[in-house]
Amino acid sequence: MSVRRLHAEQPDSFAFTDENVSWAEGQIAKFPQGRQASAIIPLLWQAQKQAGWLPEPAIRYVADMLDMPHIRAMEVATFYTMFNLSPVGEHFVQLCGTTPCWLRGADDLKSVCRKVIGEQGDITEDGKLSWLEVECLGACVNAPMVQINDDFYEDLTAENFEQLLDDLRNGKPVATGPQNSRHGSEPEGGLTVLKGDK
Amino acid sequence: MSDQVNLTVDGVSVSVAPGTTILQACEEAGAEIPRFCYHERLSVAGNCRMCLVEVEKALKPVASCAMPVAPDMVVSTKSESVKAAREGVMEFLLINHPLDCPICDQGGECDLQDQALGFGGDASRFADNKRAVENKHMGPLVSTIMTRCIHCTRCVRFAQEVAGVPEIGAIGRGEDMEITTYLEASLDSEMSGNVIDLCPVGALTSRPYAFTARPWELKKTETIDVMDAVGSNIRVDMRGREAMRVMPRNHDDVNEEWLSDKSRFIWDGLNTQRLDRPYVRARKNLAPASWDNAFALIAKKLKGKGAKTAAIAGDLVCGEGQFALKALMDKLQSPHVDCRQDGAKLSGPRGNYIFNTSIAGIEDADALLLIGTNPRLEAPVLNARIRKRYLMGNFPIATIGAPVDLTYEAENIGAGADTLADLLAGKHGFSETLAKAERPMIIVGQGALTRADGDAVLAAAIELAEKSAAISATWNGFNVLHTAAARVAGLDLGLLPGEGGLDVAGIQEAAQSGGVETVILYGADEIEGASLGDAFVIYIGSHGDRGAHRADVILPAAAYTEKQAIYVNTEGRPQMTEQAATPPGEAREDWKIFRALSEVLGLTLPFDNLAELRRAMFEVAPHFAQIDGLSESAAPKAPTAKKMSKAAFAYSVTDFYFTNPIARASATMADCAKAKQQRDGETEGTGTHG
Repeated sequence: MSVRRLHAEQPDSFAFTDENVSWAEGQIAKFPQGRQASAIIPLLWQAQKQAGWLPEPAIRYVADMLDMPHIRAMEVATFYTMFNLSPVGEHFVQLCGTTPCWLRGADDLKSVCRKVIGEQGDITEDGKLSWLEVECLGACVNAPMVQINDDFYEDLTAENFEQLLDDLRNGKPVATGPQNSRHGSEPEGGLTVLKGDK
Repeated sequence: MSDQVNLTVDGVSVSVAPGTTILQACEEAGAEIPRFCYHERLSVAGNCRMCLVEVEKALKPVASCAMPVAPDMVVSTKSESVKAAREGVMEFLLINHPLDCPICDQGGECDLQDQALGFGGDASRFADNKRAVENKHMGPLVSTIMTRCIHCTRCVRFAQEVAGVPEIGAIGRGEDMEITTYLEASLDSEMSGNVIDLCPVGALTSRPYAFTARPWELKKTETIDVMDAVGSNIRVDMRGREAMRVMPRNHDDVNEEWLSDKSRFIWDGLNTQRLDRPYVRARKNLAPASWDNAFALIAKKLKGKGAKTAAIAGDLVCGEGQFALKALMDKLQSPHVDCRQDGAKLSGPRGNYIFNTSIAGIEDADALLLIGTNPRLEAPVLNARIRKRYLMGNFPIATIGAPVDLTYEAENIGAGADTLADLLAGKHGFSETLAKAERPMIIVGQGALTRADGDAVLAAAIELAEKSAAISATWNGFNVLHTAAARVAGLDLGLLPGEGGLDVAGIQEAAQSGGVETVILYGADEIEGASLGDAFVIYIGSHGDRGAHRADVILPAAAYTEKQAIYVNTEGRPQMTEQAATPPGEAREDWKIFRALSEVLGLTLPFDNLAELRRAMFEVAPHFAQIDGLSESAAPKAPTAKKMSKAAFAYSVTDFYFTNPIARASATMADCAKAKQQRDGETEGTGTHG
């Protein structure tokens, strides 16, 4: 992790769509009067969904909506790494580099990212892809893995990962989850135990 | 004593109230606990871990600042494990703290330095790179070297809790945590300088003081501030003749340990624009003169015309000087004396013009009405006290005047005197709140009193106080908030028009018409020069400001740091300043000038030294002798007055940084005003705030 800063270029303003406004009001209503600030994370998250990333005007907008000082919203937005303070690609690859994935070849996936996309944080010219190394995403049984937007892609190799990125970029349909023969976290190549009565 | 909690600290048994923290109990028992994040007047954060102590039966060392005492606790602050814990914490704190003490302004008065020496180990085992943090912009007063920050969050809590401007925060996390303001805007507070004192390391230091002096080479004089009428207790640090900085002193009943920015950063104004020799106007221009020449000219002008002489006392002058001026005017047989250069319609009884509740008393009030006053600008430290009371809860506040941000919630119920009349008639919602309150407070500002109908407003406010429970046998909730440090002393000493005497407005009129031929401006710099017509003007004061520009004779006097003198704050509390330096050049202490002048005029005043003057002064105002004491005052009594006009109340202080000649001479204050202007301009431009 490194120091996270606001992006140098920021849009002039931010406002929720009407749909998101009513959604946000629903979130705020979950908390007792005077505790509206508790809704900060869902609202920032929704702002990020709407804008693709979390621009500074969005932080301010959410703070104003919750009647809290701007700096308090900024503290939250900078604390959680899931808030992207800089723009990301249409397909945002979060690559797990923690020990189990690393042991299973995360470094190879990083090389693929560097080759196909560029350095961490870079966005491809077509705006389709960008990547970031993150800490454990909790799918160690299917290591190595990446999260792209809302989905996990697991059991990756350099080859199928490059293919995956290529397909995403070209808008081809892709399968989520394990990219080898597995469906979940069962042993590869069939069961090894509990095969029947013996 | 049954509700007390007994515990043992280092073998000493102490008994404290339940809810007390272990740290406070340890202090009670005389044990010293090192700390960084804990501060008596701020909420408990418990994040520096320096205050670890050992509690019997606890598995781990306990952060004493955050843990309340329990009965029969056995606390140890001197055991081996405590020593090891402190050394460990200190080693961690120093991992990322640069060893740049030789170039750090905090050096010599740094908590980290002192505690590393007292409680730290002798070496660090950290061999990797230290982190570096970009400095943050926090305005013209606070200089930041954020690499030194240890994240105690005292500044964050101060801004949020005391100053009421939640603009400082900690962004990022872990090693990357950084203290900053939102988008590095300068702090929009009149009390921002306090974060410098609070910062236990050299991360936030005083920008104007940067690299000018070391604490051990400064001569420290404990004195009283005069930038507003609060009478904050301060310490002036001098190097030679030059004031290097101003720091607050603790006084629980006045300023606690806070200080407004104007009081703190004014010192460069004490060194510039000074009048250091007498001047006499010759052929349109002011020319340096000797005291003898200046006095001779005055004697010539005043000869036989004593009764046609008028005197106006200014905002920063001391009790002794005002007393001497009044004595001189009495000798001249002139009734034209006024200490209210702003034209406030204030006079006796004493309860009519002081802050009766007292500043500490604000904490006992249960409702507040502000009439024509913006305490945030008129008395920032007092405003912080109101905020403190507000944070305790159940404190309805209403204001009459233009809506302003007071740093706490206040209902703006109207703009002018008609709202006051409505309240008095019980026609307003807030009158019910006032009526129901047991200890309501009413604060009347100078903005409401300097109007032509000021006495009517005063009368209405007093009537309102009498109607509610604001004035009872046990509670006096009627308050006048002054903005001038000199004013209460002036009113106490009777610097008011005598029989047939003219007030400030009358003096100006008479000066234009020739009824008054000589005007003595004693530190009075808020008078339009042109309004004095062709009168012969004698200016006695410390700074070359408006008064001096208009003057025909200038007699240089001492500033508040250069004399031992009594000032009476808005509560009516007499406090004594101490002499930090001698007046510059040929300037003299104020009372000496009047005494010397009286001799030249052949009207020698009956005191030859300060002690004799004070003896005479105490006869007029006996309570002046009780330094730092609050004496009983006569209850407020509504003056008879005509009807109030409907005009909205204007606030007396709008330009916070330029309210007096010393502030106007200060480059730092000019910088502050510029930053404020910029900030406000940006706000208007983008509409991002409020």
